[in-house]
Amino acid sequence: MLKIEGLKASVEGKEVLRGIDLEVPAGEVHAIMGPNGSGKSTLGYVLAGREGYEVTAGSVTFRGQDLLAMEPEERAAAGLFLAFQYPVELPGVGNANFLRQALNAVRRARGEPELDAMQFLKLVRGKVKALGMTEEMLKRAVNVGFSGGEKKRNEILQMAILEPAFCILDETDSGLDIDALKIVAEGVNALRSPERGMLVITHYQRLLDHIVPDRVHVLVGGRIVQSGGPELARELEAKGYGELQAAA
Amino acid sequence: MPAATDTLETVRDVTEGGYRWGFETPIEQELIPKGLNEDIIRLISAKKEEPAWLLEWRLKAFRAWCAMEEPRWAAVRYPPIDYQDLHYYAAPKRKAQPKSLDEVDPELLRTYEKLGIPLREQERLAGVAVDAVFDSVSVATTFKEKLAEAGVIFCSFSEAVREHPDLVRRFLGTVVPPSDNFFAALNSAVFSDGSFVYVPKGVRCPMELSTYFRINARNTGQFERTLIVAEEGAYVSYLEGCTAPQRDENQLHAAVVELVALDEATIKYSTVQNWYPGDAEGRGGIYNFVTKRGACRGAKSKISWTQVETGSAITWKYPSCILQGEGSVGEFYSVAITNNRQQADTGTKMIHIGPRTRSTIVSKGISAGEGQNTYRGLVRILPKAQHARNFTQCDSLLIGDRCGAHTVPYIESRNPTARVEHEATTSRIAEDQLFYCRQRGMTEEEAVGLIVNGFAREVLKELPMEFAVEAQKLLAISLEGSVG
Amino acid sequence: MVEVLDAPAAAGSDAVAHLLDRARGLAERLPGARHPVVAAWRARGAETFASQGFPTRRVEAWKYTDLALLRETRFEEPILAADIRPPLDLEEEEGPLLVLIDGRVRRDLSAVSHLAPGVAIASLADLLRARDEETVAGLGGLAPETLPLPALNAALAEDGAVVRIADGVDGGTIRILSYATARAGHPVAFHPRHLIRLGRGARLVLVEEARGEPEAFAWQNVVSEIQLGPGARLIHIRLQDEPLSAVHTATLAVRVEQGAEYDSFTLIKGARLTRNEVHAVLAGPHAALHLNGAQLVDGVRHADTTTVIEHAAPDCASRQTVKTVLAGRARGVFQGKIHVHRAAQKTDGYQMNQALLLSPEAEIDAKPQLEIYADDVKCSHGATVGELDLEALFYLRSRGIPEAEAKSILVQAFLDDAVSLVADEGLRERLHAETLAWWQRVEHGG
Repeated sequence: MLKIEGLKASVEGKEVLRGIDLEVPAGEVHAIMGPNGSGKSTLGYVLAGREGYEVTAGSVTFRGQDLLAMEPEERAAAGLFLAFQYPVELPGVGNANFLRQALNAVRRARGEPELDAMQFLKLVRGKVKALGMTEEMLKRAVNVGFSGGEKKRNEILQMAILEPAFCILDETDSGLDIDALKIVAEGVNALRSPERGMLVITHYQRLLDHIVPDRVHVLVGGRIVQSGGPELARELEAKGYGELQAAA
Repeated sequence: MPAATDTLETVRDVTEGGYRWGFETPIEQELIPKGLNEDIIRLISAKKEEPAWLLEWRLKAFRAWCAMEEPRWAAVRYPPIDYQDLHYYAAPKRKAQPKSLDEVDPELLRTYEKLGIPLREQERLAGVAVDAVFDSVSVATTFKEKLAEAGVIFCSFSEAVREHPDLVRRFLGTVVPPSDNFFAALNSAVFSDGSFVYVPKGVRCPMELSTYFRINARNTGQFERTLIVAEEGAYVSYLEGCTAPQRDENQLHAAVVELVALDEATIKYSTVQNWYPGDAEGRGGIYNFVTKRGACRGAKSKISWTQVETGSAITWKYPSCILQGEGSVGEFYSVAITNNRQQADTGTKMIHIGPRTRSTIVSKGISAGEGQNTYRGLVRILPKAQHARNFTQCDSLLIGDRCGAHTVPYIESRNPTARVEHEATTSRIAEDQLFYCRQRGMTEEEAVGLIVNGFAREVLKELPMEFAVEAQKLLAISLEGSVG
Repeated sequence: MVEVLDAPAAAGSDAVAHLLDRARGLAERLPGARHPVVAAWRARGAETFASQGFPTRRVEAWKYTDLALLRETRFEEPILAADIRPPLDLEEEEGPLLVLIDGRVRRDLSAVSHLAPGVAIASLADLLRARDEETVAGLGGLAPETLPLPALNAALAEDGAVVRIADGVDGGTIRILSYATARAGHPVAFHPRHLIRLGRGARLVLVEEARGEPEAFAWQNVVSEIQLGPGARLIHIRLQDEPLSAVHTATLAVRVEQGAEYDSFTLIKGARLTRNEVHAVLAGPHAALHLNGAQLVDGVRHADTTTVIEHAAPDCASRQTVKTVLAGRARGVFQGKIHVHRAAQKTDGYQMNQALLLSPEAEIDAKPQLEIYADDVKCSHGATVGELDLEALFYLRSRGIPEAEAKSILVQAFLDDAVSLVADEGLRERLHAETLAWWQRVEHGG
């Protein structure tokens, strides 16, 4: 589903990704672990097409298409979703309005009919409840005045509504207490399906207790230095990244 | 615009980008000769079969105007206007006063349909009465009978002069005196038509009132005059919309609006101003010099101005409130967009005269392209305004580094018990906000539209429901091509 | 935005003609008269003032301050009187001190010997007489001399303080005291011109005081030109406390180069009329500016602080907090403009002005203004006008504090937001004492 080959990227002239090879087939959840500054978030931004992240080498194929040639909104329409580590505040923009506009943009691109306000509200209500959110949060401006946990839930809500083919979760566990973490993980697990791929970026292993990955990759210094099964995450938790960093 | 939601879409389809209201109506015009002098004023007055007192009133204003200088203090630049090179009266030709819509030229009805303002009975917008003003004259007013049942007078200004001369005479020029300023004096001398609203004591106007102004004729100025009077305990909500054809030359629009609110009366006045803004190189567009003022004469009266200013090459406009009645309330909510070469200098004056008067100002300026956007406002607290309150919030949003955003508030207080608070901020659309929206599938333009509407939300929510959706779309359309 | 300059109605007035006569009469005698550059500079100033005269209220920048008082008075030069000694204990504080009496430097009262290496303090008149080229070259380089009052200063400037701190030198604290006497018994006007220059990385604390007890009407029309080299830092404290027989118009121009910092606090306690105008330019990246101050205005006094901050380079920050307290029939004015040029991306500008009205006959006029031509900026301003918090007053009184004292506490608290921005404790204490003394004057109808 997602195939990354020899990907190099720099930010402000500094090379952050130094040759990444990674393949995530449909139906699988892969985790990317690594210490701070290893390039985890950069990988997420490069895949989503953020400005200022310059790809200097390599290719990314997503569902048979050249991902790197696409605009950010085209990637979203093709089914790529990035749950942000720091969700962005949009003052004055109602959360429900934002969600509907995003959903209809994606539906338009897929050739599906747009939803009107009533249809949308019906769809969103169920999802809100499942994520332990309140409808009041739909009325507030996007992420404005949200607590850290509310912001993360809001990301998962968007994911649940847009039903993307591929999800990238960037440090979705950061800033969450254990109860919120469980709810978020449940939300993510509910979206696991044979048609959907996921890339879970995290510093800590604890998220992976709740979202059990099929494969774990360790990113150090802009390269994947080790890959393995879910047990690799627990190993890292015990040993830390020190050894791997020294080797890199 | 008072239009069904899908109207814009339709218009969008028929024109290719840019200003979507820029078509011209092929209709036979009656024009008076170019130029401005006492004879022209007599001619206008005669055409409108006005009483002698009104002609005298116009002539007095004209004489005052001759001695006045065009104001130069606003932050707008434009070449000199030749006031003798304009037609001061233009009207669609017709035989007699149309008695009903069936007698109105079908070409005119088609024009308003195309603009999204169906005037025919079966197609009218429910709950909104419309006065349609085409160049210098009112072509039709809908729902007049229904309003009359409630005792509300809603008609063209000319009709009001004929049918309700005492009311007109009692209030005309009492809020904006004929010699108030250069453009008000010009308007007083040559005004042609506009709307008149009178809501009697204790009446809550049963529907939204709306005037739709359309400039069509070439080389003419539009000088409409609106007067709204709300008697004791009355309530009325009024909205005006405006569009004009797309032309290379500039056209002058100098209107005057007077509002009078007596004890416990409320007037809510909303504007969606979408005159032709000129093209990307600054060719053409309307010069919009408007004097709008409301007098809160009665105790606990309230006047609320809401404006969405997206059009015009030049906007010079300060809808104001004279807060005279004890405990009266003035409000000003404004969104102004300047894109390409547009210039806007707009704001308000809140003059606190009476005790316990309160005012709120919320101004949202959006500058893009090479647009220049200025908020200019005055809050004046006079010595008798015990415990007066004002709160002002002025926010500017800049899109691109070729535009300008300016804030010029004047605060004058002569009463220690009064409290005035003013806040102003400047920001831009952050790169991460755009990326966030695009990651969720929106195009850059959709994202800009969304963020700008969020920025303007506090103002848009003040618009009557029927118009809020249209205004939101208008904001997005006005900024097309400003990013990237 | 271009502000409209109306045709000056007063350009031909008697007072203007009289001042121009003085300029012509003195042209040969003023210091530096024979230096062609100085002579041309003075002539330009006279010409500008002749064409504009005193600004009227029709000029936007003077909307709230009327100079009728100046237009109606015939000013003469102050007389030279070697026996005048200001009734102040000048040795009270240590460090260099320059004293000006009626606009002229008095070496006998000053303490400018034994200066550290790299620190120079001199009289402008002396330097011009000595044809000091560096001084000549610095005249009018920064001041907005297209405006009438600085132009008049150029035409008539006789003396002033010249302070230079060499690259990398810490100049410590320097004091300048300007004292007005108007000993001759007729109205006098004087036009000091100060030139302050800090070299690259230099440091200085400059404490300026304007005081006096003039026997007749005294108008001080001072211009200061301050140049801060890259990385330099100037802490500038200005204190003005003059009686009702004084009029004080000050124009301060400051240019802050890359990485330099100008940190100022101006305390105005009056004169009959005070106009404190500041034109600051942030000329290099990462320059910083603090223009804080307080205006304490009572009786029939009028105080006007008008500032223009030009952000001409990227990544600069400006901060401004100005407080005005008005009692009696006083009138206060604050006009503050932040102008962000197209090149000044990443500007961080903040301005706050607040006024407290203590009397039903007082008036405040405020015009905080933003003019912005760059998009990636963070600029905000806030303004409030009101009276003492009655609830707080009641609370204090309910705890047994007498009303007068409670008011004093609240006024001090109001001022403290601004005064607390002065980092040096000694200077802060001094300003605090000055504000308390002002409050005493208000309370006792002084």
